[in-house]
Amino acid sequence: MEQKQKEMKYLNATWRQLVWWRYQKHTLAMIGLVSITGMYFTAIFCEFLAPYEKDTRHLEAIYSPPSTVHIFDENGSLRWPFVRKTDMEIDLETHKMTFREVMGVNYPIKLFVRGDTYLFWGLWETDIHFFGVDSPAKLYLFGADRMGRDVFSRCLYGTRISLSIGMIGVFLSLVLGLTLGGISGYSGGWADVVIQRIIEIIRCFPSIPLWMGLSASMPPHWPALKVYFTITLILSLVGWTDLARMVRGKLIALREEEFVLAARFLGASDARIIFRHLLPSFTSHIIVSVTLAIPGMILAETALSFLGIGLRPPITSLGVLLKEAQNVTTVALYPWLLIPVAFVIIIVLSFNFVGDGLRDAVDPYSR
Amino acid sequence: MPPLLEVDDLQVHFFIDEGTVRAVDGVSFSLEQGKTLGIVGESGSGKSVIGQAILRIVPSPGQIVNGRILLQVDEKENLQQQTLDLVTIDPRGALARSIRGSDISMIFQEPMNSFSPVHTVGSQIMEALLIHSDVSKAEARNQAIEMLHRVGIPQPENRIDAYPHQLSGGMRQRAMIAMALVCRPRVLIADEPTTALDVTVQAQILALLKELQEEFGMAIIFISHNLGVISDISDDVLVVYFGRVMEQAPVKDIFDYPLHPYTQALLRSVPGIDTPVRTELATIEGTLPDPLAYIVGCPFYGRCTECGGDSVCRDQPYELTKVSPEHFVACPRMCIKL
Amino acid sequence: MIAYIIRRILIMIPTLIAISIISFIIIQLPPGDFLTTYVSQLSASGETVDQAELEALKERFGLDEPLYKQYLKWAMNFLQGDFGHSFEWNKPVSELIGERLSLTVIISICTILFTWAISLPIGIYSAVRQYSWMDYFLTVIGFIGLATPNFLFALVMLWVSYAYLGLSIGGLFSPEYAEAPWSFAKVFDLFKHLWIPVVIVGTSHTAKFIRIIRGNLLDELRKPYVTTARAKGLSETHLILKYPVRVAINPLVSTIGWTLPELVSGIAITAVVLNLPTTGPLLLSALLSQDMQLAGTFIMLLSSLTVVGTLLSDILLAWVDPRIRFGAREGL
Repeated sequence: MEQKQKEMKYLNATWRQLVWWRYQKHTLAMIGLVSITGMYFTAIFCEFLAPYEKDTRHLEAIYSPPSTVHIFDENGSLRWPFVRKTDMEIDLETHKMTFREVMGVNYPIKLFVRGDTYLFWGLWETDIHFFGVDSPAKLYLFGADRMGRDVFSRCLYGTRISLSIGMIGVFLSLVLGLTLGGISGYSGGWADVVIQRIIEIIRCFPSIPLWMGLSASMPPHWPALKVYFTITLILSLVGWTDLARMVRGKLIALREEEFVLAARFLGASDARIIFRHLLPSFTSHIIVSVTLAIPGMILAETALSFLGIGLRPPITSLGVLLKEAQNVTTVALYPWLLIPVAFVIIIVLSFNFVGDGLRDAVDPYSR
Repeated sequence: MPPLLEVDDLQVHFFIDEGTVRAVDGVSFSLEQGKTLGIVGESGSGKSVIGQAILRIVPSPGQIVNGRILLQVDEKENLQQQTLDLVTIDPRGALARSIRGSDISMIFQEPMNSFSPVHTVGSQIMEALLIHSDVSKAEARNQAIEMLHRVGIPQPENRIDAYPHQLSGGMRQRAMIAMALVCRPRVLIADEPTTALDVTVQAQILALLKELQEEFGMAIIFISHNLGVISDISDDVLVVYFGRVMEQAPVKDIFDYPLHPYTQALLRSVPGIDTPVRTELATIEGTLPDPLAYIVGCPFYGRCTECGGDSVCRDQPYELTKVSPEHFVACPRMCIKL
Repeated sequence: MIAYIIRRILIMIPTLIAISIISFIIIQLPPGDFLTTYVSQLSASGETVDQAELEALKERFGLDEPLYKQYLKWAMNFLQGDFGHSFEWNKPVSELIGERLSLTVIISICTILFTWAISLPIGIYSAVRQYSWMDYFLTVIGFIGLATPNFLFALVMLWVSYAYLGLSIGGLFSPEYAEAPWSFAKVFDLFKHLWIPVVIVGTSHTAKFIRIIRGNLLDELRKPYVTTARAKGLSETHLILKYPVRVAINPLVSTIGWTLPELVSGIAITAVVLNLPTTGPLLLSALLSQDMQLAGTFIMLLSSLTVVGTLLSDILLAWVDPRIRFGAREGL
């Protein structure tokens, strides 16, 4: 009986359910999914989740190392996590800064504390942060940079920008790729030849030098937001070719399938064939390709910003953060400036895991 | 004198995440020198796995879990006995390899994909010789050319250096046969060798196989879903369904007195030369049972139109019963009647 | 075979023309022509501008003429080896790039060899022992290698070796050889430094290749010809190396075509981090100072490099894969 029920469950399952069941079997893909969901959540609520505003400077805390979070007090008894206030001392001869914890007063980490004011989603002003400590103590989970800005908060803001670049860039690539790949694959003929040649030529270019060339030609006086959109556009202008090739390949394969021929013989219009028959049969492949294209976009933006020809402050992406870490002597002294690297790697890794898992789940027979 | 090849209660199971697939579930038969055994069944019935099991090349996660495969062997170095149980030997070991391709060889359905696309046909034929017999490269090449000539490939001296994609389907299958026979095996397993070919080419290949069998005297296990082809070439027939033998008999008996309802249904679905035009061919309702299921009784239960859902068929354990010295059938209802 | 090569070379020409147009567009993109930039830079630093020199430059690049004529002039000059003038360095571009470009080529070739040498055995192992713990382990390592961009890897390596080993791993030459003329000792010194960028740039490609080899090989292992070979009595190791690996390598050869642009990209940006005397840092500084003649030449030459590389890989593929070799002959 149980066997029968199990059988019925599989027989009645929708295609979506089957994909989901297969996807769940893929441990790494599940980890990736959880991590991506978490990161988008962080990106959406970053003002609230970050203890400080990304540009708040604390001049008394320049290059402050990560705060030590204590759970034992002086007497060795267990306490709610707290930090201590730190004092900076400058050695007048060497200009070396040292930070020392001031014993005595403990500042527990509080939830829903008041701190820097910010415009939540640009809609209303508030100063509630998810967690933080009371002044004069400071909570620097990942330390502070050369202007005393909290690296942890900046990483959260940077994640938001980097993720959004990936989304918008891939969306633009998708529009370009679907249109051009679609024309190329469905109509064939000279349009196909021309588009294929364009794709080939774009793919001949080493992408980073090309990106560098294009973005370096942006006038330096452009506002940061304009730079942001231009960079996204540049990334997608170079990045659409993979999607277009995939779409074209699928269309060519499907064009001759019986169900498409049948639709055509029944007098269906081209638009109907494309949108009712062809597109639905490979949406899953599009989703997979898009998932796998996002990390490329994010990496490209990181690289450009790192080199100083991508995004510019005040827009803060992970690449902009890493620009601070270009100099090895600085990094050697303040290694926490490298923490954004971990964010980049985790983002890229998660997207790859999800993309791989999806591909296996959607199409278990092709590799 | 024991038979050349004897398979006894062979069980091959595939252990997959969802459960166990009993691909071959207690199959027995024996094969005499120079004879042909036809194994017929639908796709998914496990008939190909029988061939793979004999060669000990069942793909993972498949395992031989029970049974014996007894082969009469010539004296091989450090091997005393005359009868070798292939189930007990290491499938990757030297002994198994020395049997594969020399004592038993196999031809496959897809002559295109069964050759490596980047090596010449000749080099792949010669390889079998170079592995199994102590010949020089030049000698192997001569023998390969001779074999290609023997299987009816024109200009074998030139074709030996051709790549598989340069030959037609029929030529490729001939080359495949040449590769299988170049070491003069005593058992040839032909797994759907004519399925991918045109009907005319099919007939030529069958004729060639029969001719070569007469010349070399090898035994053939001919696996096919096509009863017509089976009737043409076989001496004995094994009807396989869901990994089990439903009926086993000499070819004449199978066609003249089919006992099992499944065999009868199969025969009704084959158009004969005397079938009147526009006769609607019978089909078998339903599909094979869930491969993961364990079925105690008759696996054809539920699709069978004869028993009418008799619960005896469902519950009585599967058993192959002798109805005449050479005719065996596994149908509970028939057994009750007899 | 020869007809195939000739046809491929003919196909290459329009590609190169298109690349040159794009490179020219990049040179033209910044507002104002580069001469204006040059003049304003000169006057900003208080130097006087020689009118005669200015006129000569205008004449040389045809700046008064319409854009398409400027392009033709630029392209013709390019073909004759006159790549223009770098205003930042006040030198002909050709003098600046020669050695840097050849170093880029050397690193690229070494990286490809490194990548193949590492990924081939690992990929084969992963495919043959699919789902073993070693396969999982290598898959995870591969993913991390894939997810770590070259320049970040370089940055972390640089930091680790500097902070913990006290080594500076930047550059391609020891100080005493940097300016020295080429000699045997200098070449030796180069190879002592070369492995660092090769490993850094090669890691992500190695990871990618392992995945490709593993995927291809898994596909090939399921093909009937493997069963055929097994049925012939070939030993497992011999069989895998002779058949599926041989077939699975073919698509890998064709990947050289698209690896090259990525490789050149990776080297460019890694070179910036590691401060290598290759094209990357010079391209970046040229771009930052809007020295577009130099930058455009770099982009043009790097892209041509990958086009030629793709051609070579296609020829190599035709040579190793009879299906393409004979297909091409029949197709012509």
